[in-house]
Amino acid sequence: MTDALASAEGGLDALTGQGSRGSSGTLRFVAVKLGGAVISLVLVIVLGFFLFRVLPGDPVTTMTRGQPVGARQLAQLRTQLGLDKPLIVQFGQYLWGVLHGDFGTSFTYSQPVWTLVRQALWPTVLLVGTSTILAAALGLWLGSRSAWRRESTMDRTTTGVALTLWSVPQFWLGLILLMVFGVGVGPIPGIFPVQGMVSVDTPSGFFPQALDIAHHMVLPCITLIAAFYAQYLLVMRSSLLEEMHADYLNTARAKGLTDDQVRRRHAVPNALLPTVTLIFLNLGLVVNGAVTVETVFSWPGLGLLLYRALGVPDLPLLQGTFITLAGAVVVMNLIAELLYRVLDPRVRTS
Amino acid sequence: MTDTANPPTAAMGGRRAITWRRRWAAARQVWRTFARSRSGLVGLGILVLIVVLALLAPVLSDAAQLDVTQATGARMAAPSGQDWLGTDESGRSVLVLLWWGSRISLLVGFAAAALCVGIGTVVGLLAAHFGRWVAAILLRVTDFFLVLPSLVLAVALSAALHAGTGTVILAIGLTSWPVTARLVRAQTLTVETRPYIERARALGGGHWHVVLRHVLPAVLPLVLANTTLNVANAIIAESTLAFLGVGDLSSTSWGEMLHAAWTNGAVTAGAWWYLLPPGLAIVVVVLAFTLCGRALESVLTPALRGGGRR
Repeated sequence: MTDALASAEGGLDALTGQGSRGSSGTLRFVAVKLGGAVISLVLVIVLGFFLFRVLPGDPVTTMTRGQPVGARQLAQLRTQLGLDKPLIVQFGQYLWGVLHGDFGTSFTYSQPVWTLVRQALWPTVLLVGTSTILAAALGLWLGSRSAWRRESTMDRTTTGVALTLWSVPQFWLGLILLMVFGVGVGPIPGIFPVQGMVSVDTPSGFFPQALDIAHHMVLPCITLIAAFYAQYLLVMRSSLLEEMHADYLNTARAKGLTDDQVRRRHAVPNALLPTVTLIFLNLGLVVNGAVTVETVFSWPGLGLLLYRALGVPDLPLLQGTFITLAGAVVVMNLIAELLYRVLDPRVRTS
Repeated sequence: MTDTANPPTAAMGGRRAITWRRRWAAARQVWRTFARSRSGLVGLGILVLIVVLALLAPVLSDAAQLDVTQATGARMAAPSGQDWLGTDESGRSVLVLLWWGSRISLLVGFAAAALCVGIGTVVGLLAAHFGRWVAAILLRVTDFFLVLPSLVLAVALSAALHAGTGTVILAIGLTSWPVTARLVRAQTLTVETRPYIERARALGGGHWHVVLRHVLPAVLPLVLANTTLNVANAIIAESTLAFLGVGDLSSTSWGEMLHAAWTNGAVTAGAWWYLLPPGLAIVVVVLAFTLCGRALESVLTPALRGGGRR
């Protein structure tokens, strides 16, 4: 858990460090960042090939593990997946396919992987997006309050609770919430749906549908928020603590502003900068969380797709979801790095 | 901080003895500072207790109780006088499972953390010491692994390789090292600017000598503090992998228990005695490691600085 913080801080160091060095203009900065992201994407694609084609030895045997399959079917599968060709040719075909949005055909669903991924994309974006925004809002709010009254009982309790929640495995928290509020225990009735995104019997208007989705989303969202608000809280707290003794806050107080105004209008906006990029930098972690939480709540997103593919294992589908998730995180990081430069003028001018 | 001028009498005991006496004094000093942190002591106490219990499991209880065919209890029975924490889906005592499960969870936690810290330290040291293109490549790779969703990568690795405890350790270790690498690199960079490193170089010390004899000892305390935090992360990662069903299904770990509870409908059956204990165990162990790590960090960071200032 502290690792995640360290990683976030490390990432920020890299941002600011590299930003301040690039004095030869925005164009160069953007070019360097773009180049880095492109290299990362290429690495993701190569890794995808290595993990799911080279590492399993014979992918066909891996995929048909524990199933009665004849030699002819195996050979047919091999031809279908192009495994009878030399590795370098396979890589060429794979690369060509990925660049054209063709991730092959799923072994279990007998559908193009890209179709499955595309269908699962928006539920994940909805879930991850909503919970990230809420977790960030909650964390930033609590964090700024904590820092302002540091070492108070309120500060200690908030930080303690956040740290404890952070050491909880997300899937377990999800299971407990599911049992208590989904199924119901003792006197507590199950008030939230236990699985999926929409119930079958919901009328098909926009509002009933949206309401039903929101109803289904409550428990998964709470699970993700509980796990993630801690880091926003801690980073907000520490970055606000750094600003606490700045001269401009004294000036603001000297002008006769109330304590609350000083905090909200002067201190928080400056402390906000590192946290804004943190939101993007942590998307890798949020994706991790989404995989387990979607599995627990059967939320029809990429995480559940990944989980279902794992059981077989459906290697083409695994490959497709891996590349999509990793690629999305790389792109989001690029956006974060560019955004940081726009948001913080100090990086630009120094 | 402790290597103050040696009295002349100490020289008679030989260089080795002096070194050891100095190390011993340093260790005592570290312990004194550590013991000042109450939360650190609590964490350490919990850890020692759990590790001892885990090691003693084969002595104090019978492994046959894990055998599904010899289970005596009813299917998912609530806690009673006989089975304090109830039973699982095949009638085994949850308490016994919990006890034996701690062994795999801790083993994977320690082994994966060791692997991760090992890789991270080597990469961090090399990147900081050699600079230029070595650093450029290593940092690029580190950054790449840093942003990747590590769980997805670990899941992919364990799905591609054969199922087993070794695979899980490998998957966690190989995906969680970048943070350590960054930390070690930053620390190495500060250490390398110190005059004593320059002195070692001026006296003709090669890369190996400087890195192993001078830089590594200065970085090591931080690495150790970082290891405890890594163990905590590895235990959570193990439970997550096991829950997703990519672990070694034949062995009992806390994550495996939760996986079994979930797939056997403990959630719908409201079998809280089956779901709560493994999760709580994970939380307690992870918190204990975190408390220890934080206490160690606060002890060692000023110690590092103090050593340089002398």
